[in-house]
Amino acid sequence: MNTRRASTKAPPPTTYREALREALREALHDERVFLMGEDVGRYGGCFGVSLGLLEEFGPDRIRDTPLSESAFVGAGIGAALGGMRPVVEIMTVNFSLLALDQILNNAATLLHMSGGQLSVPVVIRMTTGAGRQLGAQHSHSLEGWYAHIPGIRVLAPATLDDARHMLAAALADPDPVLIFEHGSLYNAAGVLDPTIEAVDLDSAAVRRPGKDVSVITYGGSLSKAMAAADILSGDGISAEVLDLRALRPLDDATVMESVGRTHRAVVVDEAWRSGSLAAEISARITEQVFYELDAPVQRVCSAEVPIPYARQLEEAALPQPASIVDAVRLAVS
Amino acid sequence: MSTTTARTDERARPAARKGTRKKASTTTAHRATASDHRLSLLRQMLVIRRFEERCVELYSSTKIRGFVHLYIGEEAVAVGVNEALRQEDAVVSTYREHGHALARGVPADAVMAEMYGKVTGCSRGHGGSMHLFDADRRFYGGNAIVAGGLPLAAGLALADRMRGGTRVTCCFFGDGAFAEGEFHETANLAALWRLPLLLVCENNLYAMGTSLAREHAQTNLAMRASSYGMPAWTVDGMDVLAVEAAALQAAESIRAGNGPHFLEAQTYRFRAHSMYDPDRYRAKSEIEQWKERDPLQGLADRMRSEGQLEDRTMEQLEQDVLDVIERAVRSAEDAPAEPVADLLRYVTSEPGNTP
Ligand SMILES: Cc1ncc(C[n+]2csc(CCOP(=O)(O)OP(=O)(O)O)c2C)c(N)n1
Repeated sequence: MNTRRASTKAPPPTTYREALREALREALHDERVFLMGEDVGRYGGCFGVSLGLLEEFGPDRIRDTPLSESAFVGAGIGAALGGMRPVVEIMTVNFSLLALDQILNNAATLLHMSGGQLSVPVVIRMTTGAGRQLGAQHSHSLEGWYAHIPGIRVLAPATLDDARHMLAAALADPDPVLIFEHGSLYNAAGVLDPTIEAVDLDSAAVRRPGKDVSVITYGGSLSKAMAAADILSGDGISAEVLDLRALRPLDDATVMESVGRTHRAVVVDEAWRSGSLAAEISARITEQVFYELDAPVQRVCSAEVPIPYARQLEEAALPQPASIVDAVRLAVS
Repeated sequence: MSTTTARTDERARPAARKGTRKKASTTTAHRATASDHRLSLLRQMLVIRRFEERCVELYSSTKIRGFVHLYIGEEAVAVGVNEALRQEDAVVSTYREHGHALARGVPADAVMAEMYGKVTGCSRGHGGSMHLFDADRRFYGGNAIVAGGLPLAAGLALADRMRGGTRVTCCFFGDGAFAEGEFHETANLAALWRLPLLLVCENNLYAMGTSLAREHAQTNLAMRASSYGMPAWTVDGMDVLAVEAAALQAAESIRAGNGPHFLEAQTYRFRAHSMYDPDRYRAKSEIEQWKERDPLQGLADRMRSEGQLEDRTMEQLEQDVLDVIERAVRSAEDAPAEPVADLLRYVTSEPGNTP
């Protein structure tokens, strides 16, 4: 009776933000783990992710840094070399450019340049993406640039479960891991799957099975792709939605298996089309399953402008369910 | 040109600073120890000097390639500072790091083999002259990005601080690096968090071809560093004993929990910036003037005048060091090349390579 009641009672709803916080709280039980970044402590994190952790773990472990992206990201890399497991938070990917040298020239290369002697087990989290009318300098999606770099792992948790579980897996990786959290997801609410206790960082996930077309996306665009799939099913088009989850290394196997079945592919990526991750995925599909394709690969990306402020302009600049629907129709026509 | 000469003249030797070591050597027992110690300093500087002179030959005969930045003239800094460090301490260096690596105890064989791109190199041939590493000796590079090592060093110091203990991280960088934001971000962070960090600025008066006065609005580097709230002073970088005394004082203070310290070593590179540099931006006379203050010659002269060095000893030392270098060259020549089959290794960690 009791067991039955427990299993039927819905688990409490949670938000993406809370899932990330819970992941951090769990990780901080390892004494080597600490969180460092601008306003992660007293302020509670500029997106509220670390709210309350300062009180729980103290200022040594929840470490407010000065505004100095290069120094504190580099310090995270150095601390990782020194035996710690730092989690470094950068407010947004736009500001991470001030630390790009440390990420690219140190974190990603030290293992190689040292002939395998120095691994860098640092985790760097940051926000990415548009949709909140913040203007160009707070709205760009540059995770594809980072996915260009050998020597780092790039993750994009799009679901509550990934937000909850990717951090532990990232911390278990002896190499640098970058986690991109889409800014529009923090308030996303839902229920964590109690059967999931761990995630692997190597596999893309089929979020919605389908047979007519593979819609390949990640991060903040996943919900838009799912919405598009709903609309399309009304027209009798069965879209399979793939969530890449890891942007580097890319899980080619899952993508090719899906495209091999549906024979059509649409890639949705909030970054600019030119030189994007969408371009990379499209190229790989052409390289690997060209003869399975019944139509050219379609891409839905952001317009090639700095992301504008005005709501109507911003919406027009970004991939939307409607633009995904259009691209799918083109692919299946 | 006159600006540079004037600046050179400004460099009076900081006399008072190193008095202690000299006073300590008044008894015969102390003198014997002091003489052994000085001989060891001389030997270390000589190893660096001869190693690099050999590199020039090997570069000319295309045995080694890439950018090669020589440290000749600056040996007293690496050797003096390293004397103040312990095995458990960490060192972060630049692309001009042969001297730092050798002073830190990275074997000449491993450094030379790295220049050759051999599997026995201290970075298995993946790094080259500018990327020497030795994890066991806590030698963390080898960084070709000017000032790129500074934040790393702060992080190593932070890790040591958080894990308890009194380890020091020493970071070498140049006067050019001092102009980069990363120096200032790191100085602020390190002073704010009182990190056990020894910042050693090797002021050789030039960032490639740009002289100090043409790269800094305020050329008093120690004064600027002290504005971050850390002890900062200047030392004669051509005098290994002065460098050692200053570094010891700083390291002790850091170990006592007094946060980061800044040491500016005023030094000079006798050679061009790199093997590619035709060295057109400074007068021959300036170089000659500085060569009169050769740190090896300086120490040897001083030891001779104090009866601590005989010609025979010096000849023996020269021979020993040449043997070390020749052995390094021979073993590098004989070592297998890092196989091309290993091209994609060490991009990400291999199973079992987890720290
Ligand atoms: C970020 C960066 N900018 C420019 C360079 C090119 N560069 C290599 S060495 C150097 C001069 C650096 O001078 P300094 O820091 O004084 O060191 P020194 O070479 O005198 O030892 C420059 C500009 C570089 N390697 N990295």
